[in-house]
Amino acid sequence: MQPIIIVGSGLAGYTVAREFRKLDATTPLKIVSRDCGSFYSKPMLSNVFHQKKDPAKIASYSAAQMAEQLHAEVLPYSSVTALDPATRTIQINHQDTGYQSLVLALGADQRRIDLAGDAAEDVLSVNDLADYLRFHTLLHDKRRVAILGAGLIGCEFANDLTSGGITVDLIDPASWPLSRFLPEPAGQVMADALSGIGVQLWPGCTPVAVDRSDDGYRLSLSGGKSLQVDLVLSAIGLVPRIMLAQAAGLTTARGIVTDACLRTSAEHVYAIGDCAEVENLLLPYVMPIMQCARALAKTLFGTPAKVTYPAMPVVVKTPAMPTVVAPPLQQDGAWETDGKAGSMRAVYRNADSSVGGFALLGDRVEEKGALLKQIAPWRI
Amino acid sequence: MNRWVCVICGWEYDESKGMPEHGVPPGTRWEDIPDDWECPDCGVGKADFEMAMVAT
Ligand SMILES: Cc1cc2nc3c(=O)[nH]c(=O)nc-3n(C[C@H](O)[C@H](O)[C@H](O)COP(=O)(O)OP(=O)(O)OC[C@H]3O[C@@H](n4cnc5c(N)ncnc54)[C@H](O)[C@@H]3O)c2cc1C
Repeated sequence: MQPIIIVGSGLAGYTVAREFRKLDATTPLKIVSRDCGSFYSKPMLSNVFHQKKDPAKIASYSAAQMAEQLHAEVLPYSSVTALDPATRTIQINHQDTGYQSLVLALGADQRRIDLAGDAAEDVLSVNDLADYLRFHTLLHDKRRVAILGAGLIGCEFANDLTSGGITVDLIDPASWPLSRFLPEPAGQVMADALSGIGVQLWPGCTPVAVDRSDDGYRLSLSGGKSLQVDLVLSAIGLVPRIMLAQAAGLTTARGIVTDACLRTSAEHVYAIGDCAEVENLLLPYVMPIMQCARALAKTLFGTPAKVTYPAMPVVVKTPAMPTVVAPPLQQDGAWETDGKAGSMRAVYRNADSSVGGFALLGDRVEEKGALLKQIAPWRI
Repeated sequence: MNRWVCVICGWEYDESKGMPEHGVPPGTRWEDIPDDWECPDCGVGKADFEMAMVAT
């Protein structure tokens, strides 16, 4: 019997495998990954520096341990370079291998920023465990880090590095942090909290160049300002990995396009996680991945299931200002904010005045449960 | 009473506080939480990814 092959050993790939094994103990399962194949919590990477934890201990299970737990073959350090849905084969390290079903759990790349200067290539990003290990090693004797992008990951790293004793400059073209998730008054509460622990915010600034200087880098910002820093970390968003699917003729848009059963346009090929665009939604977060994995396991087992999404708030790991956001899916309404310095409750009212999303900061995070009940599930 | 933390997202469960909003009374031991329980922050299932004990 040909195996079910899962490409990718991130949360998406391993969770599908785990959920599938709950339903089916025997069908051969092969998990192929170009990384080391160990299981780790990616969200932890932006929250672990201040804990002074040994980065080698972040991974909880090795590829071999995962293979045993999942009763699967795990192939680490193996790249899938081509896919042919017509013959149901993929190329692993340039060798053809057949599958009965194929799951693409390829993840996403960090968006690269276009910068001038002789050190633009030295700008770092942290999108997986290997990136983090490299970053952590480089941080060793450093004092000042510039972070490009004040989104979820940028703000989390800013808080984490600052708590770990590093001076952080946080640069974003928007006027307040988390501008994609928070209305301005709530963004100001976050900005004040980050400044309060010592983060230097540069709102309304676009980085234009990075050049080597005597002891580190000179980062030039729009408007003529320049900063002297030891490292530059970029966190300006994700680009789903669609190349493999695109080359094989699968339908892609921003991500690999799937229906509510996680089926791509090619028969027997599925996509899940940061690489997938499920019914027009890109949701690169853990909670949607868990929901999708449970549905996809059933589909692979032969009982097609559509994913249903409850409302899925995202917790922002900024201890300086505990925050939870449920971004509105529709954009026809308006934010209502209520708060004072140090906390905030922002509710997004749709045009029909129903609750479409919310953001809670500081001690108002306790209202999450109550607000969640008012929000319609994100069913698709 | 112990405190536990979700190994994926960092959410904490304090046995002494329980999760009254999810119908789990204060004082409920982690082992007594039902197997179909999911982490309220990231949706990870109880059986899938163990919670790590952080304090007793
Ligand atoms: C710093 C950081 C903090 C985050 N914090 C949170 C948070 O607090 N809450 C939250 O909900 N989400 C958070 N996220 C997002 C969340 O971690 C991701 O949505 C999730 O981990 C994505 O899982 P994935 O399996 O889709 O992708 P990945 O984990 O990226 O896995 C992709 C896999 O595909 C493999 N691969 C790719 N191409 C190939 C190929 N051609 N051949 C073979 N293998 C291949 C890779 O080796 C890898 O194993 C965070 C992300 C980051 C970077």
